[in-house]
Amino acid sequence: MPDNETSRTLKVDYLSRVEGEGSIFMRLEGRQAKEVRLQIFEPPRFFEGFLRGRAQSEVPDITARICGICPVAYQMSSSHAIERALGVTVDGELRKLRRLLYAGEYIESHALHLFMLHAPDFLGYEDALLMAKDHPGVVKRGLRMKKIGNAVMEVLGGREIHPINVRLGGFYRLPARADLAALLPELEWGLEAARETVSWTSGLAYLEFEQDYEFVSLRHPDEYPLNEGRIVSNRGLDIPVDRYDEVFVEEHDEHSTSLRSHIKGRGPYLTGPLARFNLNFDRLRPAARQAALRAGLEPVCRNPFKSLIVRAIELVQVFDEAISIIREYQPPSAPHAEIPTRAGTGFAVTEAPRGMLFHRYSVDAEGIVQDAKIVAPTSQNQRIIEEDLRLMAPQLADLDPARATWMAEQAVRNYDPCISCSCHFLKLNIERT
Amino acid sequence: MPTKAPRLAVWKFASCDGCQLSLLDLEDDLLAVAGAVEIASFPEASRAVGPGPYDVSLVEGSITTPHDAERIQDVRRMSRIVVAIGSCATAGGIQALRNYQDVKEFVSLVYAHPTYIDTLATSTPIADHVKVDYELHGCPVNKRQLLEVLNATLNGRKPVISPHPVCTECKRKGVVCVMVARDLVCMGPVTHAGCGALCPSYHRGCFGCYGPSDAPNTAAFANSLAYHGLTSEAAVRLFRTFAAGAPAFREQSLAIEESGARPSMSPEAGH
Repeated sequence: MPDNETSRTLKVDYLSRVEGEGSIFMRLEGRQAKEVRLQIFEPPRFFEGFLRGRAQSEVPDITARICGICPVAYQMSSSHAIERALGVTVDGELRKLRRLLYAGEYIESHALHLFMLHAPDFLGYEDALLMAKDHPGVVKRGLRMKKIGNAVMEVLGGREIHPINVRLGGFYRLPARADLAALLPELEWGLEAARETVSWTSGLAYLEFEQDYEFVSLRHPDEYPLNEGRIVSNRGLDIPVDRYDEVFVEEHDEHSTSLRSHIKGRGPYLTGPLARFNLNFDRLRPAARQAALRAGLEPVCRNPFKSLIVRAIELVQVFDEAISIIREYQPPSAPHAEIPTRAGTGFAVTEAPRGMLFHRYSVDAEGIVQDAKIVAPTSQNQRIIEEDLRLMAPQLADLDPARATWMAEQAVRNYDPCISCSCHFLKLNIERT
Repeated sequence: MPTKAPRLAVWKFASCDGCQLSLLDLEDDLLAVAGAVEIASFPEASRAVGPGPYDVSLVEGSITTPHDAERIQDVRRMSRIVVAIGSCATAGGIQALRNYQDVKEFVSLVYAHPTYIDTLATSTPIADHVKVDYELHGCPVNKRQLLEVLNATLNGRKPVISPHPVCTECKRKGVVCVMVARDLVCMGPVTHAGCGALCPSYHRGCFGCYGPSDAPNTAAFANSLAYHGLTSEAAVRLFRTFAAGAPAFREQSLAIEESGARPSMSPEAGH
């Protein structure tokens, strides 16, 4: 199509296969995008508002309700932030059990997104249930992996959605060794299934698209990041989490009930699997690193569609780690560290399946929350998603409208956006007039 | 025998997505469910959206915006049976905490430009807006119960769901009472069963995420809280969490606030 001949709009009014409510609006003139809006109309729920005045002990249960897909991420970021405010450190076996619970959530969330929400785009199906008719083995493998993640969360957390066994300092009740050991056969099957998933996803067709991203993630001295680390980027950022507010800003604009983040003086950045992988390749467990190398994927991967393969690599990582935590588990003497009440302010960032999840709390001497701030990964990725769509415009313009719209949706789903989270947050309109 | 598969739709209002995720969490039964019904509209799982009418609509979330107050009317018109699932849809959810405060203040705490935000002063359950045929409680709902409700509804029978308090589940499961044996505050006596006495099994007190049981004696329960050394503020918070908008919990929380110091709640008064 010749440039400047036509102007058209691509619209997706209700973005599907994402968690929450959002839309895409794109206005193309010729092969250029004149306007790109990722609109989020998820009703706001005001968590930061009603956390004020609540007891610190209630915060992990309350913040879990921000997201049914990644409640553990909220429980972990909130627990760590409040523990830091109180000067409490949780380590040893309790820290490992937290990683195990987080591994369960990664398995559940990544398997859900990879097989049920994202893979159908690559194979041209409206959904996984339709995909199951032609590819029953793939969908059944995904469901079985997802179920294993849920089983880990059930044993350790009591239930898979909004686990009840997480508290400040650790857990209410420790798991019995036998109950964890009973998970091993399925986890071992899952590790192999995750390896197969890496090779299966790496054989799919990917749109040739790259962007020179600033990747931001946690980095830890000797682990692939989950619960803690410094905030680093491929452009020299390297700060402790308590300096988050100095570097990152959130803005509120008219077309969204989600706040949108950027790095002061620099602009949008990418958080999530691609950032973790690119910045922490050397911290992957050997099993995950080998799976990546066999699939031909090494840093720096700048194609956001390949986040599908990276999620599969992270599945190898968390299955492998879950197995080793369970094999080495020695029940600690108490289910949780002692939690004092004293005034303070604490910060934490943990790596939710979708990216960095920042929490900050101030509590008073009676253990009552005075102030809370939460920044979800999807708020952080919102601007980079729009940037992807803008840069993809020439490729979209060459496609027929239905195909272009679908490709734009797929591009948004690269980020596994969780709109419920970011609102504490999405919808696709592509306009070609 | 129906000649055509019943058509199912899943709707989301203000919520965390967890209750509809329960449907996808039925891993072993999901493909069977998809075989037994036509999943006509389920945006979280599929980009294919079939038009109404629908035989059964599962509704997650509460009503918090003028737009959603209109949208739920459309859902009702298009649906033969409406099932509200989860604490948001049946009691307004945790976001019903706004019902006790000035929502404008919340908006300005969270958003830089409050005028961009179109929101109602309250978060209300689905039944406050349209006729609801069945309510399934829980934050989140229990997925086995969700399957039972779906199964019963599609077969034209009443779901077999116990309306009793959590206490009965502890007894049935053989869980020793955590109030007696561990001196914990536990909302089990006034909370709707369905979780399988989860929290007490994990050595913590129930925090009421399934909302009130049928005819709960919340006043007697509130009186017992003082013996555990709870301040009236803490007692109010207990009733105002995941089912903050449920009438039984709401009224009791207001009663505690009104009675202030509540002499009947001092530890000496009863023992």
